[in-house]
Amino acid sequence: MPASNAFVLRVTNLAKRYGQGCPSCYALTGPAFATNICPCCGSIVACHDIGFDLEEGEILGIVGESGSGKSTLVRCLYFDEEVTGGEAFLAAYGKGGVNLFAESSQRKRFIRNHLMGMVYQNPLLGIKPHFTAGGNVAEKLLTADVYNYADIRARAASLLTRTEIPRARMDDFPARFSGGMQQRVQIAKALANNPPLLFLDEITTGLDLSVQARVLDLVKEIQRELGIAMLVVSHDLGVIRMLADRTAVLKNGRMVEIGLTDQILEDPQHQYTQLLVHSML
Amino acid sequence: MLNLKAIERKGGYNFAFLDENTKREIRRKTLKAVAIPGYQVPFASPELPIARGWGTGGLQVTMSIIGPDDTLKVIDQGCDGGVNAVNIRKLLVKTTGVGTTFDTAAASIIQTRHRIPEEPMSGRQILVLQVPIPEPLRFVEASMAKTREMHSEMDYSRMWVFLYENIVKWGEITIGARYPSLVNKRYLIDPSPIPRWDVPKLHMAETLYLFGAGREKRIYAVPPHTSVEPLEFEDIRFRVEDFSGKACVRCGSDHTYMNEIYGGPGGGKLYVCSDSSRCDKLRAQRGEAKTHAGK
Repeated sequence: MPASNAFVLRVTNLAKRYGQGCPSCYALTGPAFATNICPCCGSIVACHDIGFDLEEGEILGIVGESGSGKSTLVRCLYFDEEVTGGEAFLAAYGKGGVNLFAESSQRKRFIRNHLMGMVYQNPLLGIKPHFTAGGNVAEKLLTADVYNYADIRARAASLLTRTEIPRARMDDFPARFSGGMQQRVQIAKALANNPPLLFLDEITTGLDLSVQARVLDLVKEIQRELGIAMLVVSHDLGVIRMLADRTAVLKNGRMVEIGLTDQILEDPQHQYTQLLVHSML
Repeated sequence: MLNLKAIERKGGYNFAFLDENTKREIRRKTLKAVAIPGYQVPFASPELPIARGWGTGGLQVTMSIIGPDDTLKVIDQGCDGGVNAVNIRKLLVKTTGVGTTFDTAAASIIQTRHRIPEEPMSGRQILVLQVPIPEPLRFVEASMAKTREMHSEMDYSRMWVFLYENIVKWGEITIGARYPSLVNKRYLIDPSPIPRWDVPKLHMAETLYLFGAGREKRIYAVPPHTSVEPLEFEDIRFRVEDFSGKACVRCGSDHTYMNEIYGGPGGGKLYVCSDSSRCDKLRAQRGEAKTHAGK
């Protein structure tokens, strides 16, 4: 990948370890050992040596089996988890020259609220069921310093309409919504502050097929219209094939392969990727 | 009427009841609170002869700052004769021997519950407020560990959503007393259960405001000349209680905070000043004016 391309998000050497750790943690885990648990100290190396550039308007897919570190990676990038090591740079923050992980929690909150959006697999992680649907969208706008009630109302209404939530249900509680509707409220919330970067973590898992298709259509449309760069985590290669321009493959906390999605799916290089692609129904 | 002169200092207790070390700790915490406007400073809050939740926070702050030359005024919901005010005044006078007054302008320390006096106060005076719940985020978050984190990161979005949903549901913000306000553009405070009417008095004031919560063990402060802004939307502004067209039945005043009572002819509503001292003062002045006119 040419380094001259404008990046939205640059990640280098990201590492996340759960447990006390020892000097041989990184040397004795990974795909070569088929484990991410350190045999010496029992620490779990969820991610190690992860690095990539996400370009403007691009969708990067992250695939891998359960426990490969996909979700941990996005949770680290969204500051839900504290990283053990590594750096991340956002073009929209400090001209891309400031390591986000080294910022104070107050600054991280600013970055998260103003420059990022996140859609979790479980909608209830991203939205609050005892706030109304409109209130959830309003929360994201209020954290991004929009304090005009009429503007908030109008923006929430348009986003919820955009994500096919009927206007009449805007002031209902998501606790009374179906799973697919909750997921769409979550997407509306994530888009509220027009973020340059969006994280999507297994957003269609657990939804029935027709709802899945609608949610994917929505994501694709949003990307085409707003040009938002996205990091899409999924274990479903069908979702990746439909959405992602490029794809990274994770295994035991390491990135084993990254490239154009077509190339990854048609001509996988790494042994694990070959297995993954051939397992596809 | 109460006879203020009938209360005398009793021996056997340290000046202002608390021992000197306890007073010093409270003063130290109060200084910290003044240095970080709106920040809730934890303090020890020892046992007192009255139960926690009955004004012990304000009482301890007053006890730690009062000196023999001070003149004390104690009010309860605007009234000098309320039972809470009478008891606190008695305890303070018995253990200090300071002079007390009903006159807002003559007092150097005013301890209060639920009201800020209507008369403007000066930089030589200190207002001590008794606070039941110091945490403004209690409305939206039950965990104190979480609210502390929210304060440290200035994350008040949930309070804002609370206000937003209030407007969605009722057409306006329905918080009556304890209106959440931002101090010095940094910390959100619960200004104690003062009515909205009194919140603007905190903003850029001459007077030092000290808030003591005895049960919750917190002290916070609004120093003079500090901004205190009630949370409001750009298009839906904060507003105080509306008493237009109503006047106090005792003094005739129509621009004070008034209590609504049933007792008029045929069981109708009457309005009476909540600040009894100002109401009395106005009546006395009018009486004087009458005698002057009669001469």
